[in-house]
Amino acid sequence: MANMRTMSFDAVIVGGGGSGMRAALQLAQSGYKTAVITKVFPTRSHTVSAQGGITCAIASDDPNDQWQWHMYDTIKGSDYIGDQEAIEYMCKTGPEAVFELEHMGLPFSRNDNGRIYQRPFGGQSKDFGEGGQAARTCAAADRTGHALLHTLYQGNLKNETVFLNEWFAVDLVKNSDNAVVGVVAINIETGETVYVKSKATVFATGGAGRIYASTTNAHICTGDGIGMALRAGFPVQDMEMWQFHPTGIHGAGTLVTEGCRGEGGYLINKEGERFMERYAPNAKDLAGRDVVARSMVQEILAGRGCGENGDHVFLKLDHLGEETLNAKLPGILELSRTFAHADPVVEPIPVVPTCHYMMGGIPTNVDGQALTMDDQGVEQVVDGFYACGEAACVSVHGANRLGGNSLLDLVVFGRASGLFIEKQLREGIDLKDATEEDIQRAMKVLNRINGSQEGEKASVLRAELQTIMQNHFGVFRSGDFMKEGIEKLKALRPRIENVQLADTSNAFNTARIEALELQNLLEVAEATAVAAEWRTESRGAHAREDFQERDDENWLCHSVYFPHDQSVAKRDVNFTPKTREAFEPKVRSY
Amino acid sequence: MLEVSIYRYNPEVDSEPYMQEFQFDTQGKDIMVLDVLEKLKTEDPTLVFRRSCREGVCGSDGVNISGKNGLACITPLSEAVKNNKLVIRPLPGLPVIRDLVIDMSQFYAQYEKIQPYLINNTPAPAIERLQSPEDRAKLDGLYECILCACCSTACPSFWWNPDKFIGPSGLLQAYRFLADTRDTGTEDRLAGLDDPFSVFRCHGIMNCVQVCPKGLNPTKAIGHIRSMLLASGT
Repeated sequence: MANMRTMSFDAVIVGGGGSGMRAALQLAQSGYKTAVITKVFPTRSHTVSAQGGITCAIASDDPNDQWQWHMYDTIKGSDYIGDQEAIEYMCKTGPEAVFELEHMGLPFSRNDNGRIYQRPFGGQSKDFGEGGQAARTCAAADRTGHALLHTLYQGNLKNETVFLNEWFAVDLVKNSDNAVVGVVAINIETGETVYVKSKATVFATGGAGRIYASTTNAHICTGDGIGMALRAGFPVQDMEMWQFHPTGIHGAGTLVTEGCRGEGGYLINKEGERFMERYAPNAKDLAGRDVVARSMVQEILAGRGCGENGDHVFLKLDHLGEETLNAKLPGILELSRTFAHADPVVEPIPVVPTCHYMMGGIPTNVDGQALTMDDQGVEQVVDGFYACGEAACVSVHGANRLGGNSLLDLVVFGRASGLFIEKQLREGIDLKDATEEDIQRAMKVLNRINGSQEGEKASVLRAELQTIMQNHFGVFRSGDFMKEGIEKLKALRPRIENVQLADTSNAFNTARIEALELQNLLEVAEATAVAAEWRTESRGAHAREDFQERDDENWLCHSVYFPHDQSVAKRDVNFTPKTREAFEPKVRSY
Repeated sequence: MLEVSIYRYNPEVDSEPYMQEFQFDTQGKDIMVLDVLEKLKTEDPTLVFRRSCREGVCGSDGVNISGKNGLACITPLSEAVKNNKLVIRPLPGLPVIRDLVIDMSQFYAQYEKIQPYLINNTPAPAIERLQSPEDRAKLDGLYECILCACCSTACPSFWWNPDKFIGPSGLLQAYRFLADTRDTGTEDRLAGLDDPFSVFRCHGIMNCVQVCPKGLNPTKAIGHIRSMLLASGT
């Protein structure tokens, strides 16, 4: 391996979804040699599945809308552990970032006056919660993610970004200063392993919903960036916070947008009752996702679930009429007919809370710089290393993300990372070259897997991991049961590290990629499990049966998980926005 | 037991491709073709295919299913099985890399040729560019393309001239920008398409329409481009 090929760039972005392509676009536009490493052709990235829209105070639906109202909603939605400086930046910069997308050609739906169409989404309000439901989610029918992702890909083509399509990043390369100086990556088509050297390495690797058995996430959402960061010794933040989307199609797991409820759809139990009226008298079906998901599970546990096994509820849309459904939710009609065998025009869709989004991730500042903590607990920037989008925890979602905020997050912080790296490149980035030894260290896992002829099948081990996570770390959690889950994961680790690679060929070897993805899933699962057991309170998406209340005195903080000893530390939440006073924690009701 | 026949080719091992037969127990369920592939891969990890979203929006798993191009993830067995047999081959007409994975570079090159991005050199306003709902509706049936290549690889004209004929997918996207009231590049775009091959190799046989998993109509879009080309030539 001494003669492994090296490719050099000013910036390398790992991940070709929304945040990665937004970061790449920024850098390519300013002429820096930029490459995107992506394990699938960019428009196959999971951003493509986002449906309902991108939440942003562009004041189209309501000319008086303010980004500060959006900021308030997001902080309340986060159950007060979202960082206020980052949320302020996102909500304030959002309109500019959304208008840029429109100028690039994104085919937003329109109002009669020609402005972008906005629909109501969960957790949205006017006037800091006092003015009723807002309609703040900018939409391209119910295919907003698709429209956004294709627009960004097109923008990158125009600006001649280098795409390393169907390349898989294996591990980070660190130099002797512990700075990141690129990645080792495999060209999937040929099997060649290359050191991709870079002055700036951006992880835009998306989420990891595939740690759960039931998820809205694509097959490719295996937390590769989180796995690589942890293996390189860097910490991750708030990994206990996983969003369960209220409306995954029962059985299939495919997503049904919250926009359905935004357009007037609602959930019913087997008695036909609109039960959210009991759980959230004001916002009803448009309460925070964590609130709606828990209410659904409670209905099911109380024996009011629908279907033969009483294990789901129904989403009713037929009262909206065929014309509205065709115009506003055409993709949902398609998905429901295909995967639920239900035509929403005449019958309700069977739905169940389904793993959807990772609020946690690689801790970063607003500029996308990855952070770690030294022995004294003091924050340090990791030189050369950046993250944005779902892989990052900047943190704008805290303990619960609002619908429509993920697309905004990835555009705003993909852009912010790009802008900051551009500035750094202009000023000059000077990192020590990696030695041959440094590069070899990043080959360790790949070498191990390539030589692993014994062991069990990746598919078997993956299914086992997903079952553990589904059973022990789902919508409701309890200490004893989580401890049991942690033990099971511990026992699984040596088996996963020893996964069998039955196919050792070079050409398009997806068995090798799946074996590597499995290593990443395990890292994400363990971080999730340990952090979840550690946080002894209920907040946002983290609901414990043994600690049912939110505990601001002890737990108004982030969790930071360190891989070397699997310890967890507290980190302060940012309460210092730049342009206004902070929003203080209040009881969260909808 | 369902008989499943799958195209296999590993360039490192096989001198030529072959069809491998599998017996598959559907347990009486009408599952998707992708579910069958996923299950078979757990038994034979060397079986190679692309997949991502598994809900028909990413366009990864376009394959030829019992003779018809489609997405494995949204094609149920009830639509795909004939006489208890399911035959899965790679999309036809492009080089095979391995098993069901084809080399799509020619397909993407045609997409890139049509300048697949909005061209508007007027200064951008401080807010969005306005567009009426009626004008926006002109993009429906165009922008939804997922670049799965089911259409272009079902088109004999594309098989013959994959380097010169843009193909149905690329032309659908070409029209998506020609139809966009925000785009000012019409003249340039038409000039780029005005040769005997780029557009005019389409003979209107509508294979593309028949196979598009998103229900789009490239033939109609190509008709619009032809009209625009003819009008601009006079």
